Amino acid sequence: MTQTTGKLLGWILGTALAIGFVVVMGQLAIGPAAQSMVPAPATSAGLTEVLFYVLAGVTIAGAAGVALSHNILYSAIGLLMALLGAGSLYVFLSADFLAVAQLLIYIGGVLVLVLFAVMLTNRITEITVSNTSLGLWGGLMLFVAVAPVLLAVALVTPWATITPAAAAHTTETIGDALLSRWLLPFEVASLVLLASLVGAVAIARKEIKAD
Amino acid sequence: MPLTPLQTYFPIGLVLLVGSGLALVLLLLANVLGPRRPNAAKMSPFECGSVPVGSARDRFGVKFYVVALLFIVFDIEAVFLFPWAVLSTELGWAGYVEMLIFVATLVVGLAYVWKKGVLDWAE
Repeated sequence: MTQTTGKLLGWILGTALAIGFVVVMGQLAIGPAAQSMVPAPATSAGLTEVLFYVLAGVTIAGAAGVALSHNILYSAIGLLMALLGAGSLYVFLSADFLAVAQLLIYIGGVLVLVLFAVMLTNRITEITVSNTSLGLWGGLMLFVAVAPVLLAVALVTPWATITPAAAAHTTETIGDALLSRWLLPFEVASLVLLASLVGAVAIARKEIKAD
Repeated sequence: MPLTPLQTYFPIGLVLLVGSGLALVLLLLANVLGPRRPNAAKMSPFECGSVPVGSARDRFGVKFYVVALLFIVFDIEAVFLFPWAVLSTELGWAGYVEMLIFVATLVVGLAYVWKKGVLDWAE
């Protein structure tokens, strides 16, 4: 009984925190931004719009596949679709370098690592419930509490549309920024990579020696 | 006249469309036109011609994980090399040294991994 009460209290607290976060963020970030924006003029559905909605649909369908699939390997394939969709959405924002980086790092690298991690686990096929600690009622409460707020934000904000600019090459700008203004974070990134490599070896070393 | 992103990426989209379309059409054609006379040998998984041993859903050696991580680290390094490479003449020696520090840090990691024997594949 006390455990149930504690769980319920935890969910109520979590819901309150989530709502508070959304409201505060709305007032701090979205409100001022919404005031300075010009409402978007109604545009006709051209090829670009259709393509955008197709790619957004692929992204959302992939993300849903990750969350809802009972087979963890299918989840990984869903992640591939979601990352691919997000990468192609970068193209719509004229962020060519980011799109290529997404393709090279996330799809070519991180997804392979995720697949390896899946195949390293012992009982892949026996997984039935993705997360048992997440109660249905708690999740429903959180959804009912947060969804109206998010929906209101999405509907109230006068989203501005920017006509697609000419496809500029962003690589030079990024290179200039990385090696002059953001030099320290750039070099720290190499340390993060080094730490991940050393960490992986330290964790896996015992097993490697045992092989 | 400058091109919009949609126009610039049209060839890539075309390749994607043709590539996935060809694969789908070939699968569909094989499915529709191919005769189906299954027997036990035909339905068994293909393992380079030898008799299959065990399930495909086997545990992988943890070695592969470290190699995959090694790949990602140098993958990210390669992506970081691009913005420097297109500007290498403008950035000059300062940019060269900065990039050298970045690469040297990762070489330390490679040396560590090498020394720990992760790259020795022989059992």
